Amino acid sequence: MTTDFWRIVFGRLDLGALDFLTAFRDPTLNEIILSGAAWAVILGGLAAVAVLSRYRLWGPLWRNYLVSVDHKRIGIMYIVLAGIMLVRGVLEGVVMRGQQADGLGGGFLSANHYAQLFSTHGTIMIFFMAMPFLTGLINIVVPLQIGARDVSFPMLNSASLGLTVAGAALVMISLVVGAFSTGGWTAYPPYTDSLFQPGPGPDYWLWSVLLAGVGTTMTGINFVVTILRERAPGMTLMKMPMFTWTALCTAILMVFALPPVTVSTAMLLLDRYAGFHFFTNALGGNMMNYANLFWLFGHPEVYILILPAFGVYSEIVATYSGKRLYGYGSLVVATMSIAVLSFTVWLHHFFTMGQDADMNAAFGIATMLIGVPTGVKVYDWMATMYRGRVRMTVPMVYLVSFMVLFVLGGLSGIILANPSIDFQVHNTLFLVAHFHNMLIPGLLFGMLAGYTYWFPKLFGFRLNDRWGYISAWSWVAGFVLVFFPMYVVGLMGMTRRTVAYTNPAYQPWMILSAVGGVFVTVALASLFVQLYVSIRDRAFTRDIGGDPWDARTLEWATPSPVPAYNFAVIPHVHAREAFAVAKEAGLGYQAPPAYADIHLPGDTWMGVILAVFGTAFGFGMIWYMWWLAALSFAVMAVAFIGRALRGDRAGVIIPAAQVAAEHRAWLAAVGRLAPVTREHEQDGINHGVAAPETREVAA
Amino acid sequence: MSGASAIHAAPGLSYEAGHEHDHDAAGKALWGFWLFMMSDLILFGLFFATYATMLDPMSYAGGPTPRDLFELPGAALETAALLTSTLTFGLAALAVKYEQGRGRVLAWLGVTLALGLVFLGLEAREFAHMIAIGAVPQRSGFLSAFFGLVPLHGLHVTAGAIWLVILMVQIAGKGIDAGLTSRLARLALFWHFLDIIWIGIFSIVYLGGIV
Amino acid sequence: MSNARPEGSGQRTRRRLRSHWAGAPLLAAVAAAKAGAARAEGFLAPAGPVAMAQNVHFWQVTWISMIVVLPVLVGVPLLAWHYRYGNARARYMPNWDFSHALEWVMWLVPAAIVVVLGVLLWQGAHSLDPYRPIASDKAPLKVQVVGLDWKWLFIYPDYHIATVGEMAFPQDRPVQMELTTDTVMQSFLVPALAGQIYAMPGMVTKLNLAADRVGHFDGMNTQYSGDGFDDQHFTAVAMSKDDFDAWLKEVQAKGVALNPMAYARLATSSTPAEVRATFGNPAMPPSVTYFNDVPTDLFGGIVMRYHNGHPMTPADQPGTAAYNTKYSG
Repeated sequence: MTTDFWRIVFGRLDLGALDFLTAFRDPTLNEIILSGAAWAVILGGLAAVAVLSRYRLWGPLWRNYLVSVDHKRIGIMYIVLAGIMLVRGVLEGVVMRGQQADGLGGGFLSANHYAQLFSTHGTIMIFFMAMPFLTGLINIVVPLQIGARDVSFPMLNSASLGLTVAGAALVMISLVVGAFSTGGWTAYPPYTDSLFQPGPGPDYWLWSVLLAGVGTTMTGINFVVTILRERAPGMTLMKMPMFTWTALCTAILMVFALPPVTVSTAMLLLDRYAGFHFFTNALGGNMMNYANLFWLFGHPEVYILILPAFGVYSEIVATYSGKRLYGYGSLVVATMSIAVLSFTVWLHHFFTMGQDADMNAAFGIATMLIGVPTGVKVYDWMATMYRGRVRMTVPMVYLVSFMVLFVLGGLSGIILANPSIDFQVHNTLFLVAHFHNMLIPGLLFGMLAGYTYWFPKLFGFRLNDRWGYISAWSWVAGFVLVFFPMYVVGLMGMTRRTVAYTNPAYQPWMILSAVGGVFVTVALASLFVQLYVSIRDRAFTRDIGGDPWDARTLEWATPSPVPAYNFAVIPHVHAREAFAVAKEAGLGYQAPPAYADIHLPGDTWMGVILAVFGTAFGFGMIWYMWWLAALSFAVMAVAFIGRALRGDRAGVIIPAAQVAAEHRAWLAAVGRLAPVTREHEQDGINHGVAAPETREVAA
Repeated sequence: MSGASAIHAAPGLSYEAGHEHDHDAAGKALWGFWLFMMSDLILFGLFFATYATMLDPMSYAGGPTPRDLFELPGAALETAALLTSTLTFGLAALAVKYEQGRGRVLAWLGVTLALGLVFLGLEAREFAHMIAIGAVPQRSGFLSAFFGLVPLHGLHVTAGAIWLVILMVQIAGKGIDAGLTSRLARLALFWHFLDIIWIGIFSIVYLGGIV
Repeated sequence: MSNARPEGSGQRTRRRLRSHWAGAPLLAAVAAAKAGAARAEGFLAPAGPVAMAQNVHFWQVTWISMIVVLPVLVGVPLLAWHYRYGNARARYMPNWDFSHALEWVMWLVPAAIVVVLGVLLWQGAHSLDPYRPIASDKAPLKVQVVGLDWKWLFIYPDYHIATVGEMAFPQDRPVQMELTTDTVMQSFLVPALAGQIYAMPGMVTKLNLAADRVGHFDGMNTQYSGDGFDDQHFTAVAMSKDDFDAWLKEVQAKGVALNPMAYARLATSSTPAEVRATFGNPAMPPSVTYFNDVPTDLFGGIVMRYHNGHPMTPADQPGTAAYNTKYSG
């Protein structure tokens, strides 16, 4: 009777699932790492709570962030989430490098623990680091670049964040309670079927991805509408900044590419929870359908990840070369082609599944085709540097390293596009090296460049350059050392996801790779040191004028930190790179003829509700605590329906007089500040007003 | 810096006196809703595709085949109920457009809801019958695909019905304002969309299964 | 070499787990020196016509792609240096943003390369299609491969023998393989001989390979399939005709019978070494197990297990904890 009661309350959860206790029972290095990670999550959470309480930050956090619908605040929260997940993902990667350096015939990790590491590493890096990072940047930058007050659906924006946080929270909880899936980030059945994995691992994966995926679909819808409907007057599509173009393509891809993963996870959930036979071994299930569905999402996903970074690179290459972006039209066409072609190549993820040669060849050629627009983009950035005045700032270090490394990744991609060669290197470390080669320079470097570039716009001071350089170069060195050896061992036939190996020829390369892991750790730590030092020294890097880089697009025509309403008066746009054109004519800082009241959307609890009850719902489903799942679902449904019944909450009106006062004060400050030439860009005298480039311009 | 001609001659950017540009909330919501439906269409498309791949003896796994399970009369009745409900929704929309009064709008919406519930009832009866004869989703890949696709549509209809009830409550409460008109327009779109999906289901699952 | 499995647990306790960090003291310098001495492996050192053609194709693609890759590798550092802010001698054209000539080059050169590579790709995809039999004047050797938790079972249907841990074949005849698994999905690869192909339960895929010299080659599963995944290796042994005939006789003489009971036990989760410990005898090489009296169409039966219209309970499905408990014996 009582047993039944507790089973209803706790489902299949018991004390054995509490990972932070295992090391006390079995103190091997493997268990200590496992429990240590659990303790890190618990203590990290407690420390955050303590700091927030000590400095009485709960109120401001709640008011200014958690219930805020300001796209910039939401963007910041996305990036904070990405930062936390980046730490976990990188540390997991480093532990894996350590294991494989020591993996000749053994190592210090158990196979199961290693499998959890590569599964969470991939899941986190794709869904909970990369996606939040780029979504955060898009949130922060796009409304500013198109001259909008906010996104089209601010409440939906908060809800998307809530769902993403719920997914991430489940992955973090899996460190403390129970174990994550061992099925990799792709979770191929039948390995992830309930027959083979009856435990909660795959369920953690499925619910995390499902929740985050729904959130991402909503983000996509939000930004397509925002970009198409909220542009400032005069900003035609072909006057949009490149980052906004890439954000548009990414948003479109989100709308169309996320449904397949929603379908594949939903079907696998039905298999696991309800005994359906979509992907099972027997009774007519077919795992090949899963591969198709997953990669129908998975391949466009790669471009969801990479296009925003391409947008960042397009912005910074023009800014830091002091020159117009070369080949704007070409870049737009290339971006769109990539987005469209990305739906035509998914089969190249499983050339080895036994379909006929015609099919493989067709998808292989489609894959190679993507190389053309991608190559054009790289050439366009080179042409932008050509006859420019290139400042090797931190974002440019990322850009230049990216271009060199990315074409090498592209080369390995072209190699992999050949079915005949893919048969050899598929599932080997060559493949692992390839996609890290695309995603680290192609995504992470871009995100970090964007973070460095737009940071002053949000916070009103620049990031420390010295630590920025240390971090950037460490990322580059670490990346090369970690992954180039993998190309070699991959060609030698070393499979991915192997905890140990018996071929001694692999070990030197794996040790080299682990050395790279040290550099990557330094790079990661430097990012946090940089943030600390920058906050500490912010008085010296104050950005008041709002244009610390002599930049070219609309967002730099605002004060830093940018006010909640973004623009005192919505500008009319007459040119591409409108701010640069205006500055050239000496019209960068104009007083508008009149100010008007500004209407801003009101706060919402929706994000918080979805984050908390989404997590609780997932947790209840994972542990069979049905009451918890039902209750949480009901709360979410009631919140949603209640919102529909009540309609939009009253917003905030900022009176014209206040806007006018703030804007005039800023214009006056800009007038007082000494314009700074690019020579002194990184110096203490740069307070965000750029002097026109004086050097003689060649005909 | 004032006067329209000076502004348009201005390089880069300029500020014009006066109002914020129009927000057009209803238009944006409609755009967003279209995008949602496009992504929903892909969802259905993939369930359709999965169903199509499961139409072979390997996926019947020795269990019932479409020929054993589906009969036209039942499906035709469901189709009739759903298609008629679309017509009555259209009449409700006309009543809104020509301002024929709250009562008439509510009446047509009520008929629409009733027909939607009839459809759901017929569908539930069909599922109950299938389950009773052992044609459960756990029986075969084909049946899993069926129970993935058709109830997904039913779930959408259920959501639409709940939405309809909410709108009816609001119309009854505060009358028809611009916001409600725009929400009603979106629900109409959704309802028609579900019709189109159902026509796909009827053709592929029921007609295709019998032919 | 215990063959006992933890009862009712899908997770294997690793024997080889070490709690100290043996790798730490090794210096990177030693690593680099050893790396320099490492010999070519896998399809970098091909030992058969398929792997050889893949190797050639690999280098062709790499070198042709250099036409579009090298300009970036060379150009980016040059541009960054020459047009650096401090270089007063470099030309500066802040408003130059388009060139028709450059556009043509940027789009057409990569497109032309893709056309060339596309032709190569099409040819390669067809000539190296794993389903395509390898041309030879001798009849191919038929081998049926069953992926099990964490070993491959090689059935020689014409000889009624089977092996685990070793796949022998005559060097002068191509090998025609059919593959399936009796657990989760796996992927079969012998890098020195040919590419990989997935093996899936209830389905049959095909692979053709051949060796052009005698030798021992590493083979494996490349698709992660559980705790013992990293042990799922075997040796592909290409032999002279005479040696192969002798090998067949040896397996027939020394093998143990692969009756249904033995197969049921073989299908429990175990590594090749553990299979050897359970079934083997001193006459078999280390980590290799020989079976004889293999029932006719064992392979077909394994495939059809998934098409009999009955649900697969955990106790019937190799690879699950319940199955291991039931059949570990």
